[in-house]
Amino acid sequence: MKSFLGFVRKEALHLLRDRQTLAILLLLPVIQVLIFGFAVRTDVREIAIVIVDPTPDLATLELRDRVAASDRFRVVRVAPSTSQLDAQFRASMVRQALVLPRDVARRIGRGDSLPVQLLTDGSDPNTGGIMQGYATAIVQRWYADLAPSRASLQIQALSRMRYNPTLESSHLFVPGLIAFVLTIVSAMMTAISITREKETGTMEMLLVSPIRPAAIVAGKVTPYVALGFLSVLLVLIVARVVFEVPLRGSLALLLAESGLYIVTALALGILISTQAPTQRTAMIFALAGLMMPTLLLSGFIFPLDSLPVWLRTISYVVPARWFLIVVRGIMIKGAGLATLWQETLVLVGMTTFLLLAGSRKLAIRLG
Amino acid sequence: MRIIFFLVRKEFLQIFRDHTTVVQIFMIPIVQLLVLSNAATFDLKQTRVLVVDEDRTTVSAGLVQRLEAGRQFRVVRAEPTTTGVEHALLDREVTATIHIPRDFESDLVLHGRAPVQLVLNAEEGAAVGIVQSNAGAILDSYAAELERSLPRLTRRQSVVGTATLDLRTQRWFNPTRNYKHYMVPALMVALTTIIGLLLTAQNITREYELGTLEQLNVTPMTKVQFIAAKLIPFWLLSLVIFSIGLTIGKLVFGIPMRGNLLLVYLALMVYLVVVLGLGLWISTITRTQQQAMFVAFFVILIFLLMGGLFTPVDSMPDWAQAVAQANPVKHFVFIMRAVLVRGAGLETVAAPIVGLALAGMAVLALAVNRYHKSTA
Repeated sequence: MKSFLGFVRKEALHLLRDRQTLAILLLLPVIQVLIFGFAVRTDVREIAIVIVDPTPDLATLELRDRVAASDRFRVVRVAPSTSQLDAQFRASMVRQALVLPRDVARRIGRGDSLPVQLLTDGSDPNTGGIMQGYATAIVQRWYADLAPSRASLQIQALSRMRYNPTLESSHLFVPGLIAFVLTIVSAMMTAISITREKETGTMEMLLVSPIRPAAIVAGKVTPYVALGFLSVLLVLIVARVVFEVPLRGSLALLLAESGLYIVTALALGILISTQAPTQRTAMIFALAGLMMPTLLLSGFIFPLDSLPVWLRTISYVVPARWFLIVVRGIMIKGAGLATLWQETLVLVGMTTFLLLAGSRKLAIRLG
Repeated sequence: MRIIFFLVRKEFLQIFRDHTTVVQIFMIPIVQLLVLSNAATFDLKQTRVLVVDEDRTTVSAGLVQRLEAGRQFRVVRAEPTTTGVEHALLDREVTATIHIPRDFESDLVLHGRAPVQLVLNAEEGAAVGIVQSNAGAILDSYAAELERSLPRLTRRQSVVGTATLDLRTQRWFNPTRNYKHYMVPALMVALTTIIGLLLTAQNITREYELGTLEQLNVTPMTKVQFIAAKLIPFWLLSLVIFSIGLTIGKLVFGIPMRGNLLLVYLALMVYLVVVLGLGLWISTITRTQQQAMFVAFFVILIFLLMGGLFTPVDSMPDWAQAVAQANPVKHFVFIMRAVLVRGAGLETVAAPIVGLALAGMAVLALAVNRYHKSTA
């Protein structure tokens, strides 16, 4: 026990001595959450739209006003003809075009049908669909107000957005960022600290010391657990104070789960480092190997429900996927352990497996 | 020139000697492109819903039936009352609950309108907007269907003429709404960038840590030669990786190539200088590989999340859009999507390519300037 404590002390000193790295480790997650919490948004605004209005009259002016008044749209130009539309779309100068026929007011007055064309840049199907929805709603409301139509049968959907009624992007992304940044930073930290000892040859020295491999691993990880926890606290403070992300569940539970997840991520780093001979391979693996899967298979940006079934099965091995459900559950939905016990159990299982596999691999290598 | 050639050869020998690294460099982007291209989508496959039908009439049953008929919704549970329904949302058992109140049918017959309560789990944000509009579309089409079949007691308003709004919508460039056409080019950029930036960022610090940098420093080569020799191998390697990615994109995912492929490569060659030069610059300002990696990680994350790959740049706040202007990934992803998906020509992408070229020169100058042949 004494030798173990000494070892932990050595690791802590390593960490504290390198002020520059320490600062990077602590500040990086906070800065990232700050930047992305503000910058990453999924709502669609400022859609560049062109209105083609060959014969302006009162009715079309009214429509133009309505489009311009909406903060969803930015009217780039009002054109008399469609001649330049193609080039403008291709050059990405406009994302939407609303093409009105001639003599709109007269047609409405006479009760003729009114053919209106709505062109949307659909290269991104999601944004395309949303843009089309916004423009359609404006045109339909304008028409309903101008032309008396028959009252048709109506089933009204009264929607309620539960847990995030304003669909605030930061409430959605900040918990995701916590999971994401923790994974990468923690996994990378341990992976590098262990492979560095290998590369510089000091691992040999540890090998001949009476400390057991499992204790070496534990000693390596302990200071990083503390560091990771500190980083979580900072990020949570930013989330609460700056973004006002709600914390509807229990803070103690959130901290406990975060602690568990830090160990999971660190254990992942240990496993990587036992496989990697050099810092280079360890880092490529930790960064290039973990970054995109954690980003795309965890539900951080793209919802898990949209994954094809085979890929959803693969996503089960991504630890961040489970932690993200836990963080969002506690913060946004106010869920307790009664709802989240399954995810917690999965994380515990993963951690145990990773730790066992890691220390076993290390023992074999050193033995 | 000969000096550069030998140094490039040395770098290649060092890379290819380390088999683990070689496998990583090629396999990680390829495997991830193949797998993750299927993940980057907002196209919800099936939304699990819980239905509370308090009306229990043929009309309400018909609504449930219409929901189940499409492939967008799957009714996983039906409850007689709303008690305890909340829990299914909390538990993530369902994404939405639909509550058809009592008197649904009679309201429709008597008043011509009836409400349906839709509660959505908005924990995942934007995605529920799609669920909402899907549900709305089903309700609308069911209403139109009932319009013809259901007896109505309300008097219809007298109408002048048969005025109707004939709104025709068209979505250009991606009529099949295939996410892969949009995301695969972006993922190719992301993966090439990650690998290239990581390799260059740790390259010089590694030599510094291992002490071999001193040996290079005592040779007669100049600073420019040194940086050039470090850049060229990874530039070639990244070109190869990207080309493999492009081939996979075409053969496996069938991404469109409407524009000129030469234009893509022209942009790529310039873009790689920016990214790899940036990596080398990071490598000259950091002391340990650990530091180099964290800085590289930070830069990559900013590049990717603020590059319009996953979320639209237009939606970002103004300051973030201004920052994004300095993001090479944003410009290159724009060029890729413009040329491949929209078939844009040189006149559209010339400005960003020139911008990238200027950035490339600036970054290289920085790297050369920061690199000192003597250790302090």
